[in-house]
Amino acid sequence: MSIVTIDKASRWYGNVVAVNGISMTVRPGVTGLLGPNGAGKTTLIALMSGFLAPSAGSVTLDGEQIWRHTDAYRTIGLVPERELSFGYLTGRQFVVANAELHGLADPGAAAERALAVVEMTEPATRRIGTYSKGMRQRVKLASALVHDPSVVLLDEPFNGVDPRQRLHLMTLLRQMGSEGRTVLFSSHILEEVEQVARQIEVVVSGRHAASGDFGQIRRLMTDRPVQYVVVGDDDRGLASALIAEPSVVSVALRPSGGVDVAVSDFGAFTVRLPRVARQHGIRVLELTPTDESLESVFSYLVGGDR
Amino acid sequence: MNPTILRLSAQALLGRRRGLVLGLIPLVLLVLAVVVRALTSDASVGYQAVTDLGFSLALPLVALLAATAVLGPEVDDGSIVYLLSKPVSRHVIATSKYVVAWAATMALGALPVLVTGLVLDVSDPRRAVAWGAGAAVAGTAYTALFLAMAALTRHAVVIGLLFSLLWEGVLGNVLDGIRWVAVGAWGREVASSISSLVPAPGLGLGYAVVASVVLSAFGLWFTGDRLRSFTLRGDE
Repeated sequence: MSIVTIDKASRWYGNVVAVNGISMTVRPGVTGLLGPNGAGKTTLIALMSGFLAPSAGSVTLDGEQIWRHTDAYRTIGLVPERELSFGYLTGRQFVVANAELHGLADPGAAAERALAVVEMTEPATRRIGTYSKGMRQRVKLASALVHDPSVVLLDEPFNGVDPRQRLHLMTLLRQMGSEGRTVLFSSHILEEVEQVARQIEVVVSGRHAASGDFGQIRRLMTDRPVQYVVVGDDDRGLASALIAEPSVVSVALRPSGGVDVAVSDFGAFTVRLPRVARQHGIRVLELTPTDESLESVFSYLVGGDR
Repeated sequence: MNPTILRLSAQALLGRRRGLVLGLIPLVLLVLAVVVRALTSDASVGYQAVTDLGFSLALPLVALLAATAVLGPEVDDGSIVYLLSKPVSRHVIATSKYVVAWAATMALGALPVLVTGLVLDVSDPRRAVAWGAGAAVAGTAYTALFLAMAALTRHAVVIGLLFSLLWEGVLGNVLDGIRWVAVGAWGREVASSISSLVPAPGLGLGYAVVASVVLSAFGLWFTGDRLRSFTLRGDE
C-alpha cells in the first residue's frame, strides 16, 4: 500500500505557472485526474513520478521526496504519454529490457507475465515500429507493470486506443485498483474517468478545481446554471413566457435575435420549453446550449460561483 | 555499468542510419590513404595531410556522432524516460552509454587513424602508432565532452561541430593560445611524445594527459548529473 502526497506543490516555468499550489493525496484504488488539455495534468504526473522538481511545496511517496530519488522507481510504474521510440526492438525485447533494468531475478518470466496481462503475448515478437497506437500503449503498460509496482501512474492512457482495447484497459485499471495498488490516470474526458475511477481530482489551469467521488463531481458539473439561446418566431413573447418558469433564472433579448436563457434545472426546462411554446402559440426555431463544452464546465468549477 | 543499457545503446547506435554514416567516415579516410599511397612515389607526400584529416576532422566527427547517437534522440523525444524510470543510478546509465560511444570512437575514429598511418608509410610504424595513441586520448575526451553536450542541449551536434571545426580548427590555427583548451592539441601532444615526427603543440605531456582525464571525468559526471535532473515535459 503506497500513498502519493502532493503538498501545496507549484511548478512554474519562467512567468508561466503550470501547477499552482495543489494539494492532494493519492491513495490505493483508482484515482482519475480530470482536466482539459493544458490544465497541468502531465506536469502533475511528472511531479509524482520524479521527473520534475516542484518549484514550491513537496511531492512525496510514503513520506519520501520523489525528485532525484532513484529508488522510488521500485514502487512506481509510469506510463508516460510519450511515444515509444524504440521501434527497432520487439515488444518482448523492450519489456524484458525493462525487467532487467529493475534487476528482477527472472526478467523473462516477469516480461511474459506482464505481456499476458495486457494481452500482448502473441504480437510481442514483432518490432514496436510495426505496432498500432493501441498496441504501443499496451506494451508501455506492460513495461510499467513488469516489476509489480504498488503505484501506477498513467498519462492519458486511453488516447488513440480503439473501443475494444479501451474496455480492456479500463477493466485492467479497475482490477489493479481492487488489488490495492495506487493507480492514477489522467484524462480530459469525464465519461472515461467516471467509468474507472472511484476518486476524481479535477485540475483546471494548473489549479485544483474539485476533488471527490464521481457522484459529487458529476453533480458539481451538472447542477449549474446552463445557458441556452432560444430562437422563436416571437422572441419577446417567448422571453416573457419563459421568465415565469421556475426553472429559468434569467432571460435577455439578443440584439441579433433570439433569447438568452439561463436555466437552473435543465431537466425541468427541457420538459417545459415545448409546452410553454405551444401554450403561447410560439414556434421555436432553434435551441442551442452555449456553454456545453467541457472547458466551460471546468471554468465554472474554478469560477468560484458554486 | 549496466549490461541492458550497453545493449540498448549499441542497438541505438548501429540500428539507425547514423550507424552507416559512422562506418562511412573511416572508410572514406582509408580509401583516401590508399589512393594517396598508390598515386605518390614519395612516402612523405600527403602523410601529414591525410593523418591530419583523420585526426582533426574524422575523429571528432565520429566521436560526435557516436556520443549524440547513444543519448541525443532519446533525450530529444523524451523516450529516455523509459530508461530513467528505473532504480538504476544515473551515473551508471551515463557510464554505460559512454562506454558504447567510446568503443565506437576507438574502432571507427582512432583505429582508422593508426591504419591510415600504416597505409601511408609502413616503414615507420612508430609514427602511425603515435598518431593512433594521440587519437585514442583525444577520442576519449571528445566522446565525454560530446556526451555531456548531448545531455545538456538538443543542439549538441551543431555545438559539437562548431567546437571542433571553428574553435579547434579555424580559431585554433589563428589564435595560438587555444591549444590549451583544444582536445585535438592534447592528443597531438601525446602523439608527439611517442614520435618526434608528429609536430608538438608545446603543452607538455603531463598537461595534455591531465587535461584529457579531467575533461573525460567531468563530462561523464556531468552527463550522469543531468540525467538525474531529467525533466519530463508534456505537450501542454
